[in-house]
Amino acid sequence: MNTSAAATPEPTTAETAFERPNYLNAVYGVRSWLLTRDHKRIAILYLISVTIFFALGSLMAALVRLELLTPEGDLMGPDTYNRVFTMHGIIMVFFFLIPAIPAVLGNFLVPLMIGAKDLAMPKLNLASWYVYNIGAAFTLWAIFNGGVDTGWTFYTPFSTNYSNTYVVSTALGIFITGFSTIFTGLNFIVTIHRMRAPGLTWFRLPLFIWSTYATSLIVVLGTPVIAITLLLVGAERLLHLGVFDPKLGGDPVLFQHLFWFYSHPAVYIMILPAMGVISELVAAFARKRVFGYKFVAFASVGIAVLGFLVWGHHMFVAGESVYAATIFSVLSMLVAVPSAIKVFNWTATLYEGSISYETPMLYALGFIGLFTIGGLTGVMLATLGIDVHVHDTYFIVAHFHYIMVGGTIMAYLGGLHYWWPKISGKLYPNFLSRLSALLVFVGFNLTFAPQFVLGYLGMPRRYWSYPPEFQVLNVLSTAGASILGVGYMLPLFYFIWSMRYGRKSGDNPWGAVGLEWDTTSPPPTENFYTMPVVTQGPYEYNREEVHNRLTQEAPLG
Amino acid sequence: MASSPLAHGAHHHPALAHQFDTMEQQKESSTLGMWLFLVTEIMFFGGLFLTYVVYRSRFPAAFLLASNSLNVLLGGINTAVLIGSSLTMALAIWAAQVNWRKGIVIFLLATIGLGSTFLVIKGFEYHDKFVEHHVPGPNFNFVEENPNVHIRQIAARDPNLGRHASIFFSLYFIMTGLHATHMVIGIAVLIVMVVLSWKGKYDARYYNPLEMTGLYWHFVDIVWIFLFPLLYLLGAHAAR
Repeated sequence: MNTSAAATPEPTTAETAFERPNYLNAVYGVRSWLLTRDHKRIAILYLISVTIFFALGSLMAALVRLELLTPEGDLMGPDTYNRVFTMHGIIMVFFFLIPAIPAVLGNFLVPLMIGAKDLAMPKLNLASWYVYNIGAAFTLWAIFNGGVDTGWTFYTPFSTNYSNTYVVSTALGIFITGFSTIFTGLNFIVTIHRMRAPGLTWFRLPLFIWSTYATSLIVVLGTPVIAITLLLVGAERLLHLGVFDPKLGGDPVLFQHLFWFYSHPAVYIMILPAMGVISELVAAFARKRVFGYKFVAFASVGIAVLGFLVWGHHMFVAGESVYAATIFSVLSMLVAVPSAIKVFNWTATLYEGSISYETPMLYALGFIGLFTIGGLTGVMLATLGIDVHVHDTYFIVAHFHYIMVGGTIMAYLGGLHYWWPKISGKLYPNFLSRLSALLVFVGFNLTFAPQFVLGYLGMPRRYWSYPPEFQVLNVLSTAGASILGVGYMLPLFYFIWSMRYGRKSGDNPWGAVGLEWDTTSPPPTENFYTMPVVTQGPYEYNREEVHNRLTQEAPLG
Repeated sequence: MASSPLAHGAHHHPALAHQFDTMEQQKESSTLGMWLFLVTEIMFFGGLFLTYVVYRSRFPAAFLLASNSLNVLLGGINTAVLIGSSLTMALAIWAAQVNWRKGIVIFLLATIGLGSTFLVIKGFEYHDKFVEHHVPGPNFNFVEENPNVHIRQIAARDPNLGRHASIFFSLYFIMTGLHATHMVIGIAVLIVMVVLSWKGKYDARYYNPLEMTGLYWHFVDIVWIFLFPLLYLLGAHAAR
């Protein structure tokens, strides 16, 4: 990372000679990175880690799609296939989607957006990165020794008594990584409560902060429950301390309750920060205040609260009582209300805005469309009758990929593109980045839209082969996945390219408002040269000023 | 960045971290962080308590009989020991508040001593359970080897009694084991605190880490206050 800043051995030109000190060039060397307590550098460390895991998880996804190109199991047998889709799920959920936006963008932006020098607990922040990697090491060890075949859900009694794969090592990895998530979430809550700049009241906070705060609440309340659940699985497997074993009178459905008590809110850990990113992007590229700011802010908190009351919808066909199922069904539909508030308010923000279609905005618009499809199919699945029909089919797979990939990853990439000039001080190629947004959007839809149809026609998930009549749709899906893969690889290449060869971005290439844009790009180690004092709301775009700036400044090359 | 206009506390205490403006802000932050951590601990043990409630309501007879095989006397002594350790912990913080540096060390050492006593007694209890074959697993035997005739009579009517009792003992070992793990971590932290107090790092002006350690220690204590009746005192009177 630091090589980009170190790339000028002899500052000859006036520009480099007077390069302002920033967090990248403040101090050099591997040690300065591995022992850093700067939230911005820790964000970069996390960026590297989660990118590696995203690549690994994508590789597993590619194997799954390749196997499903033909009805027969010709690339791999059922045992291998079980391991591949399990590891795809585990890596993507626990090591990419959950940490991605909070640990990378959140770490970088929370202190900048609230006008603080750092997070409240910088050492804990660094520790969280190490804990993440220690947990990841356990899981990677399991993967390279043959993997796990339980599905990412670890359902008992298969995981506790029957699976002959590395369940304990994988679960231990997730257990440990959970602490890193807790450390980050706890740090954010304390920071947002105690470190805000003078004048930065709660209703002057950017919506990204609100959604990060709501996410952190879920992390703090939910993650310990998955920790104890996985510990119980481990205790049963290793020590025979069985509490889920049906042979002893244990209840596997209790495991499902405990598992989903965390793992359903975990979906909101993934999507809430994404919603925060979208609020920022929509405001910045429509040059408008976010419509209904307070509604969007409270919708985040509402989703966090409601998210804890809907876990039972994963067990509609697992022997849950019809009364419980009905209540969970209704509560699940209620989550659509705050989600819809957000979508409508983003749309209303666009109305009569000065919209510019920069790359981050393309990702944001893609998000709004895909998230809406994912959300509406979620309401369908919350309906008892439909869920029984499509339970454990590709309909479900398509639904949650629309939320997690179409939602979270679109927002993550959009956010990276938006704040990349802030992170690196460099610009990336405009054409290629717009192309990547387009490829991701098209590739994504081609991959997962056919899966809705497949599921509705009855193709079950988690099988390595399928009846030949499903082949056409599966070929479409695999073709889409290859386009999606290209779309994901482009940013990787041009971001790395831009660090060395990209044009300097200037402090605020988008002309956006917000405390993070009030400092230099990249920011100095302590973020601000003079600590900011806040006197207005987060999205105060002066229409006249915006117009002048847009007409005077050349568009990004 | 030392010229920040906001960083003008009365004067800079050496323990003030760079990201904070004042000692009060630092103290408030660590206190809030510690309480949030305790919230995660409540949720962590909460999952266990929920599991316990589900199975106890499902298998009340097995839980009662299995509970009666625990040693109430040792459990009771341990409860007293732990409450005592919470007292010495509180006294250590009081010693800091009145600037009695030697007292901090003395009371912290007393806390470590009482915590260790708890663990030793717990070890004896575990040993007894191993000897009695009450540890779930291949050698688990609650019914046939049990000297209590009463239990064998009940088991004749309820053939699943032993299996359900094994769930009680699984929960007993996991709950008390995790509690003991927390004690070990707490004692490790206390040892660090003793060293730092010995070096004179804490006094009436700054004793934040001591207070945070105390919060954690009291929390672990309270978990035991819930564990003791749930595991040891299930109808202890009913057996006799």
